[in-house]
Amino acid sequence: MLLPKDRGFVHPIPSEITPRSVSESRRRWLAAATAAAVLGSRVAAAPNQTAAKGAALASARSTVPGAITMEKPTSMADATSYNNFYEFGLDKSDPAEHAHTLKTRPWTVAVEGEVHKAGTFGIDDLLKLAPMEERVYRLRCVEGWSMVIPWVGYSLAELIRKVEPTGNAKYVQFVTLADRVQMPGLRSSVLDWPYVEGLRLDEALHPLTLLTFGMYGQVLPNQNGAPLRVVVPWKYGFKSGKSIVRIRFVEKQPVTSWSQAAPQEYGFYSNVNPTVDHPRWSQATERRIGEGDLFAKKRPTLMFNGYEAQVGQLYAGMDLKKWY
Amino acid sequence: MVLTSAARRSVQSQLLHPATKPVLFVLALLPLTLLVVGIVRHTLGPNPAETLIRSLGDWTLRFLCLTLAVTPLRQWTGLAALARLRRMLGLFTAFYATLHFLAYAVFDMELVWDAIVRDVGKRPFILVGTAAFLLLLPLAATSFNRAIRWLGAARWQALHRLVYAIALLAILHFLWMRAGKRNFAEVAVYAAILGVLLGWRVVRAAQGRYFMKLGSHSAKG
Repeated sequence: MLLPKDRGFVHPIPSEITPRSVSESRRRWLAAATAAAVLGSRVAAAPNQTAAKGAALASARSTVPGAITMEKPTSMADATSYNNFYEFGLDKSDPAEHAHTLKTRPWTVAVEGEVHKAGTFGIDDLLKLAPMEERVYRLRCVEGWSMVIPWVGYSLAELIRKVEPTGNAKYVQFVTLADRVQMPGLRSSVLDWPYVEGLRLDEALHPLTLLTFGMYGQVLPNQNGAPLRVVVPWKYGFKSGKSIVRIRFVEKQPVTSWSQAAPQEYGFYSNVNPTVDHPRWSQATERRIGEGDLFAKKRPTLMFNGYEAQVGQLYAGMDLKKWY
Repeated sequence: MVLTSAARRSVQSQLLHPATKPVLFVLALLPLTLLVVGIVRHTLGPNPAETLIRSLGDWTLRFLCLTLAVTPLRQWTGLAALARLRRMLGLFTAFYATLHFLAYAVFDMELVWDAIVRDVGKRPFILVGTAAFLLLLPLAATSFNRAIRWLGAARWQALHRLVYAIALLAILHFLWMRAGKRNFAEVAVYAAILGVLLGWRVVRAAQGRYFMKLGSHSAKG
């Protein structure tokens, strides 16, 4: 069949476009079906897992600018089986295999340092602190692969405003749980435990910085950082700390785990930037997990992971080669 | 000797059986077959390209260990017929090394050759791996009998001693690759195996020189 040549003016026929409500209900249906399938296979593989895993977490679509990419989400199976979470082992498949030992209840987060209202928050208080939003973010790993993940949570700014930072608070530090009993990966000397990440206060206050409790409409699986984590979509994935137990407001730039382990390779900022290579590899392109077959072309990596319009002004005038 | 002479004779005759080489050939193609099945059935995990590149690297290293194990095993067990299998194992090492390099070039570098050249310059572990691969090529190219005649046995043997350098480069390549995560458990296993196989040769060579010296002294006396 001869197809008309596309001169850039060929538009889809309006009647053929799936209405948003229909595609959304399809998405929900697919998510539920996938969840059921994943849950089913997990229960079969590990009968001792509690039924609470995979519980639904309701949310409304976020209206924050840039919060919902229209790119095709990565399958939940891939996003929950290809993870870097060294507390559970160094291989990508280790977290999914070993993270079932993580106890996510009871769970508390100590919020401390340069704040007027320091305190310890229980996970149930945090879940109720602000309305849950769904945000579909690109995730770019520093290793050169990427995913698209529908997270559930609310802007970290909601919590920050509640605890009222003092004038001295310039940075926020996030500390991940480090428990040798629950986390077999702590035997490895790859990093100094606990895992510590950090943001400048204005980065932490940016509406896109998400305090995350769920993904794909469910509570976070353990391997993805249950019961709560941070997601900073314009930075390399390791900046988004998982299974957080402590949030500390400080005056000086905190020493973060990777910048301590290899300072010449990982800086404090670690913004996604295709023009600043990792010392050992190029950051110009990325492999989108689950996209196409083996021979699928890599994608060009976008400045600030495609969030330049939203976050570019945070770094106005900064030499991003120096502050990598 | 670790085998009774009856056992040795029986294993020896099995090794000399005309089916031994074809069976080894098919077995050596099994890892590749399983990977191809994995590609077709989409069972190589969320990042199949990465799985493919790494598995091919693992199999290169395994065949290198097998190749280097032939001579020590032959001496240890007295199974002279093992020598028949050495060339095929060596060629499979080169075969998997070639596939490993091609998979890297195609899937990681999308066959952009100046990007590959830049990558070789930028990443020490890529440089070392590429060097090991390039050094393997002349060995594979001179593996047939006539090449030995053309080169002369001494020169051929000297050329093929390059495999010791290749083994050191290969283990360094693996070690450097894993250094990013300081994940050295598997590297240690391969290093130990190669250490024994190469160490045995060093000891033999030293003993050889020692006995030669003794021999020349006693001849004078």
